[in-house]
This record gives sequence, C-alpha cells and structure tokens, in this order.
Amino acid sequence: MSDKHLSTQFDAELTNISTRVLEMGGLVEHQMAKSIAALAAFDAEQAAQVLREEERVNRMEMEIDRDLSAIIARRQPTARDLRLLIAVSRIIANLERVGDEAARIARVVQRLDAVGLHGRIRPPVSDLNFESELAVALLRKALDAFARLDPVQAVEVLKQDDEIDREFEGLMRKLITYMMEDPRTISTSIDLVFVAKAVERVGDHAKNLAEAIIYIVKGADVRHSPPQQIENAVK
Amino acid sequence: MPSTITLPEPPPVLKAQSNNLDFYYGSFKALKGISMPVYANRVTALIGPSGCGKSTFLRCFNRMHDLYPGHRYDGTISLFPDGVNILDKQVDPIEVRMRISMVFQKPNPFPKSIFENVAYGLRVRGESSRSFLEDKVEAALRGAALWGEVKDRLRDLAVNLSGGQQQRLCIARALATDPEIVLFDEPTSALDPIATGSIEELIGEIKHKVTVLIVTHNMQQAARVSDFTAYMYLGDLIEYGETKEIFMKPKRKETEDYITGRFG
Repeated sequence: MSDKHLSTQFDAELTNISTRVLEMGGLVEHQMAKSIAALAAFDAEQAAQVLREEERVNRMEMEIDRDLSAIIARRQPTARDLRLLIAVSRIIANLERVGDEAARIARVVQRLDAVGLHGRIRPPVSDLNFESELAVALLRKALDAFARLDPVQAVEVLKQDDEIDREFEGLMRKLITYMMEDPRTISTSIDLVFVAKAVERVGDHAKNLAEAIIYIVKGADVRHSPPQQIENAVK
Repeated sequence: MPSTITLPEPPPVLKAQSNNLDFYYGSFKALKGISMPVYANRVTALIGPSGCGKSTFLRCFNRMHDLYPGHRYDGTISLFPDGVNILDKQVDPIEVRMRISMVFQKPNPFPKSIFENVAYGLRVRGESSRSFLEDKVEAALRGAALWGEVKDRLRDLAVNLSGGQQQRLCIARALATDPEIVLFDEPTSALDPIATGSIEELIGEIKHKVTVLIVTHNMQQAARVSDFTAYMYLGDLIEYGETKEIFMKPKRKETEDYITGRFG
C-alpha cells in the first residue's frame, strides 16, 4: 500500500495486520523446516517442539481473525483495502494448515521413535529433504510476494508448485518399490507417504497464498483458472 | 416443497442519457463533457468530494439551474423512450419537473397540511377532482411508507411531523405526479440512522416504479442503495460502472483513492 489513508490510524491497523501475517508465516515456515529436520535425525524432542509451537500458530490465527473483524466493523473498508482483508483471512487459514502439516510430520516422527521401526528401513530422507526444501522455499517466496504485494512473483509461485508435485510422485514410486521389495517396511513406508503428502500440501498452501496476493493487487479471482488466464490477469 | 426459481434480473433499459454535457455558472465551467447513461428502474449514485459537480449534474435533470440567470448548458440530456432533450429551451421546465421530481437534503415541506403537501404538484398541474386527489395522495403516501402513520391526521400541518417523516412526505410529494425519475440530493444527511435506514429501504422499493438518481456524500450509502455509481471530480466524470464493481474493484486509481479514503 504505497499511499496513505486520510486516517493514519487505519494505515497503522492495516500495516499491523500485514506484519503479523508475515510473523505467522515465518513461524510456520520454521515449524515446517524443523519437523523435517526432526524426521531426518529421528529426534523426538525436536518433534515435540514443533507440536508445542502449533498452539502458538493457532492462537495467532485467532487473534488476526479477531482484528480483521474489528477493522471491517469499524472502517467499512472498500476496494483494495477490503480485498486485502478478505485475502488475509484466507492466507492465515492456509498458514494455520501449514502448521498442521508440520505437526502431522512431527507426530510421525514420534510414532517411528516409539515403535523403533526406523531401523528396518532407511527412509529416503534426502528425497524428503529435497521436497520439503522446495516447499518451504515456495512458502517463503509466497510470503515475500505478500510483503511486497508483488503479483509477478505470485505467478512464479503458482508455476513452481508443479516441481513439488513431481517430487512427490517420484517419492511415491520409491516408497512403493520399498514396500514391494520388503513387506516389513510397509508400516514405516505408509508413515512416510503421509509425510511426503504433508509436504506436498504445503506447496498447495503456498499456491493459495499466491492466488490471494493476485486478488489483492489485481482484484481478479484466479482460483481454478488456467495458467494463461492468470498471466493475463496479472499483466 | 416446491422449488423456487429466481428469475435473472432483466437487462437494464436506458431511461436517460447525458451526452457531452457542459454546464457553466456564468464563466465557471462546473461540468466538463459528462456523458453517462441512467438506467430505468435502477438506482444510480453520484459520488465525489465537495465541488466535484455531482449536485450540479443532478440539478440539470430537472432544469433547476433555469431559476438563476447567467447559467448555461451545453450538450444534451435525452429522456427515453421519447428521446426528448430536456435541456432544450423549447421544452417547458415545468413539464420536465412533472416527469423528473426531486427530493432535497433537508426535508422541506410546505407550510400546509400533509394532504396539501402531497397534492401540491397535482394541483399545479390543474387537477381539482377531490376523489382523484384523495386516491393519488393515498397512493403516494403508501408508496413513501408513510400512510399508516398519517392517515388519521392528513389535515395536520406537515411541519409537525418528525424529520424522517417529513422526508418521507417529501418523497410522497415527489411521487404524487407519477414522475419517471426521482432525483435525491443528499436525502438523509439531516436524518438519524434509523430514519436514514427507512429512507434507504424506501429507495429500494420505489425503484420498481421509478428511476432513481441520488447524490450522496455517504459512500457506504451509495454502496448500499445503488446499482450503478458514478465518481466525479472537479467537473469530470472519472468513472462510471456497476456499484459492486466500483466498490470492489474500480478501474481508475482516482476512484479507488477516493472510496478507500486515501483522497487528500
């Protein structure tokens, strides 16, 4: 938002909302990276930290939501201000779900640790790491596009999500091979399928963020739109 | 349970069209080439900061400016279906005002009875039949959602009504002559929120019978009551479009700055 409102208080409220969205985004990004690190190291303590942080993420979502309602009630925003607030409401719901995915991974780590099954299978940690690095980087890029309200970068996020999907499919094939070769790895492999799926979902959430950013800046709802239509909307 | 079918709203029909309209207060050019449609049975809101020309534009529609010397129109306002240019000097302004009536910012009932206020325009037109006037007055008061409150005291002085009732009386007066367009110039700025709400509700109802053009400083009011919105600034029409588009995604930055409160 380059230029200012007549009401400086309104400006401050909107800036504050955006700042807290970014703060929440940073938190779930960190949570996600930590959950994968916990998996790589089979570190139950690190997994427990991820689960503790989830509560904080949930609280942040509720607080931002409450402030959004208050701004709408008091300011009756229009046009891009209204679009920003609607989009923020969607963005924080997606960020909260990223937190849920991290927690899901953390719980897998705790389970693997408890049953001690991890010795039977060497998890494809490097593939999972790679997929999750892609997903976390994409999330960061989406948050960055939000901070600068940059629709061009948002479009890049939409395109890059395909890479994660391809990684996910590759991982899936690998895990299926493990299970076919040695049925004793089935249980662990299924857990890892959930992890890979959780990471893949993070890419989807980053994509939703990108669509929300295009909505704020261009006023176009590009959800479920073919790529060409999205490019046109951003032009 | 029978399923209800919602019929799509019929496409708007043109009721009036201003074409390249300039207006001068003496040598001051207050309107600069305004071209804009007004659709039948729709509410069109004119918004913009003070001095943008929205009231000047509104007043062109019933030749209010004729009352002052030295004012000049350039361009046309065509009224449909006949397509007559209501700004044409050959056209009698009294006739225009029968077809296009006006409600003002402050309720301005005449110092007469409630009945006579509503019957006034009809009497000017030469109607004198008692039963005809009674029918028309009742219909107009019902149309303005005032009948129930005043039917037992039609002979009372109109000035004894509350502000909101007075404004609804003025709307009844504006409706009594069966106008095609009703102009509202800031109709609720002197009213409390409840009276404002009832006037807004009324505007939503009368549009089924007439076409409404409203000037308002209250942007939320424009957003609530209108189907189309025109944003004006310094005598120019900056943007015209469907209200939901203007308030959600205006095309021009100037419009967006104004409606989001960034105008300074």
